[in-house]
Amino acid sequence: MLERAHILVCGGTGCTSGNSKKIYDEFTKLLKENNLDKEVKLIMTGCFGLCARGPIVVVYPDGAFYQHVKVEDVQEIVLEHILKGRIVERLLSKEREADGSVKPFNETPFYKSQHRLVLRNCGVINPENIDEYLAYDGYLAYQKVVTEMTPQEVIDVIKASGLRGRGGGGFPTGMKWQFAHNSVADQKYVVCNADEGDPGAFMDRSLLEGDPHSVIEAMMIAGYAIGATKGYIYVRAEYPIAVNRLQIAIQQALDYGILGSNAMGLGHEFNIELRLGAGAFVCGEETALLNSAEGKRGEPRQRPPFPAVKGLFGKPTLINNVETYGNITAIILNGAEWFTQLGTEKSKGTKVFALGGKITNTGLVEIPMGMTLRTIIEEIGGGIPNGKKFKAAQTGGPSGGCIPASLIDTPIDYDNLIAIGSMMGSGGLIVMDEDTCMVDIAKFFLEFTVDESCGKCTPCRIGNKRLYEMLDKITQGKGTMEDLDKMEKLCYYIKENSLCGLGQTAPNPVLSTLRYFRDEYVAHVRDKKCPAGVCKALVSYEIIADKCVGCGLCKRGCPVNAITGEIRQPHVIDPDKCIKCGACIAACRKNAIKK
Amino acid sequence: MKTLEELQAIRERMKAKVNNRGVADASDFRIVVGMATCGIAAGARNTLAALTAEVEEKHLDNVIVSQTGCIGICRFEPVVEVFEPGKEKVTYVHVDAERARQIVASHIMNGNPINEYTYSYAVKEN
Ligand SMILES: Cc1cc2nc3c(=O)[nH]c(=O)nc-3n(C[C@H](O)[C@H](O)[C@H](O)COP(=O)(O)O)c2cc1C
Ligand code: SF4
Repeated sequence: MLERAHILVCGGTGCTSGNSKKIYDEFTKLLKENNLDKEVKLIMTGCFGLCARGPIVVVYPDGAFYQHVKVEDVQEIVLEHILKGRIVERLLSKEREADGSVKPFNETPFYKSQHRLVLRNCGVINPENIDEYLAYDGYLAYQKVVTEMTPQEVIDVIKASGLRGRGGGGFPTGMKWQFAHNSVADQKYVVCNADEGDPGAFMDRSLLEGDPHSVIEAMMIAGYAIGATKGYIYVRAEYPIAVNRLQIAIQQALDYGILGSNAMGLGHEFNIELRLGAGAFVCGEETALLNSAEGKRGEPRQRPPFPAVKGLFGKPTLINNVETYGNITAIILNGAEWFTQLGTEKSKGTKVFALGGKITNTGLVEIPMGMTLRTIIEEIGGGIPNGKKFKAAQTGGPSGGCIPASLIDTPIDYDNLIAIGSMMGSGGLIVMDEDTCMVDIAKFFLEFTVDESCGKCTPCRIGNKRLYEMLDKITQGKGTMEDLDKMEKLCYYIKENSLCGLGQTAPNPVLSTLRYFRDEYVAHVRDKKCPAGVCKALVSYEIIADKCVGCGLCKRGCPVNAITGEIRQPHVIDPDKCIKCGACIAACRKNAIKK
Repeated sequence: MKTLEELQAIRERMKAKVNNRGVADASDFRIVVGMATCGIAAGARNTLAALTAEVEEKHLDNVIVSQTGCIGICRFEPVVEVFEPGKEKVTYVHVDAERARQIVASHIMNGNPINEYTYSYAVKEN
């Protein structure tokens, strides 16, 4: 029978770590106890996006969006809302209409400015039930291409849509499909890049967790278009929920005959296998990924030959990112023209971002290309917490750069980001406030790339290490002005001479911070000061005698006993003992300690 | 192995099932059942079950069945309210499963509210 209410519990990684599985189990138990299990449907979905307020539970048809739900709250939801129809107001968002009533959640600023195209099924369907995917027109796009279109017509639609790769480079997807289609071979492959190694990024993981069938269906369509019968999904083993849901989805598709030697009974073969990666950043680079998927060392190869000519096991291979595939079925079903209406002239459609750092609504957001950074941060993101000032946003992860506050009104698309010295990357968006030191940020990302460099070529292996050492020297207050120039030269040298994208982009965080925040570097070098007060070697703590009331709170909070002073007398910090941990500042109620 | 027809059948069956998952559209009928203690004691659970079954069976995908608390006319429970876009809400009283089915057939599907079951009729008659 038709269930009268649907309870959706978020099963994304964020909410799962917030105990949403236990919440789900509690619902199961209480619904049964109250004889509601037949009339109410309980499902575990993928990510709703508003991870900062998880665990999230949504009850339809009322559209009640419960946040920060605890296991203890389940009883109240069941007894009040489900049984009696009284929404549990205290668990709803605080965003209200002018008349004080609760805003429907799709009207709140976080959701209203978004355009959920790739994530359309995330948080709506149960990803472990293929029937629910079917209910939302699942596998109709594959049926359409095989019964109504030639492979070339499929490629033409993708070309006309203007879709560009979401894995970072932004290469036109239709062209890539064309190259793979044009290669002649007895065997070709379709590969999905689900390595997602950027620190802080989780777009691809969330899509796989929330809607695995949409990626499988897109790979089948790609297989038909280029003439491949076999697909591989390369996903990192650190994504256990995504791996598990993919396995379930592949099995269900096999059971229904959707995958297999005669897919959907339409006369084409397509099978998919998973390849688990151990979690190396360089294995997201396409040629290293192919090596790793073959069971070899994850080191990049020389390009050309490009994978479309000579890829997996030496055969022509189409490799696309998870989110790129996430667009395909919608384009096929709605047409290229529909897709081109979204976005800017050269960047069509939407982009999913993992919003993190100093921002109120951390989480997963999908926006139309061309939205300004300001809208993302101020409206969707809910602004910077604690009344701090926006300083910069970092996109493109370790390969990208920082966008300073002066460029906050730049419309976000591939070309604009490149023009201002950053890049789209795979979609990490880290927001920084005035307490962030830009030299420290550059150093953070470089430390990551030095760690992740595979070591195959010298400019990257040694060049980045030297670059890191110079940055370290500057944060210690030991840098010279010549170092800044030398650093810049080295950056360009590394970019021009590295073999793969990792080395070619590794200096970007340094270059972009040098470009927009050079004065901060100069402050470190010349004045031996860290303006944001982050670099420990350059800050000293001092108690302002006039403000100190001698309460002793700082003394008790200091882990190394660096503070002395009599009660009701001004205290002092011994700079030799001080480890600059900041505990005293947190303890002081009089604001008497300055950095 | 499922045939294309079988897959299509699953799509249609599931579409009806997930229909309740979405914030109500402005163009939707909303049927709201009073489900406070008074309503439940008077048999509102059966009413609700009958309504959802009818909506599913008749493939009424522009109808949302929902529930609410006590609306204060406890002696008339089970109470069912029908909200039709652009029209005044109709409040039905003493709605058992049989009445529920009649309301769906007459009011929702054919646009004829059943006057004899309404609150205003019941108040006038008593
Ligand atoms: C160091 C490095 C890491 C990368 N990591 C990823 C990744 O995690 N996911 C991804 O899809 N692409 C990644 N790429 C880009 C891939 O090489 C490739 O361009 C992409 O998978 C192509 O798919 P697309 O055209 O759909 O974007 C990375 C590239 C480099 C150089
Ligand atoms: S650029 Fe770096 S990661 Fe790429 S091949 Fe060279 S050493 Fe390896």
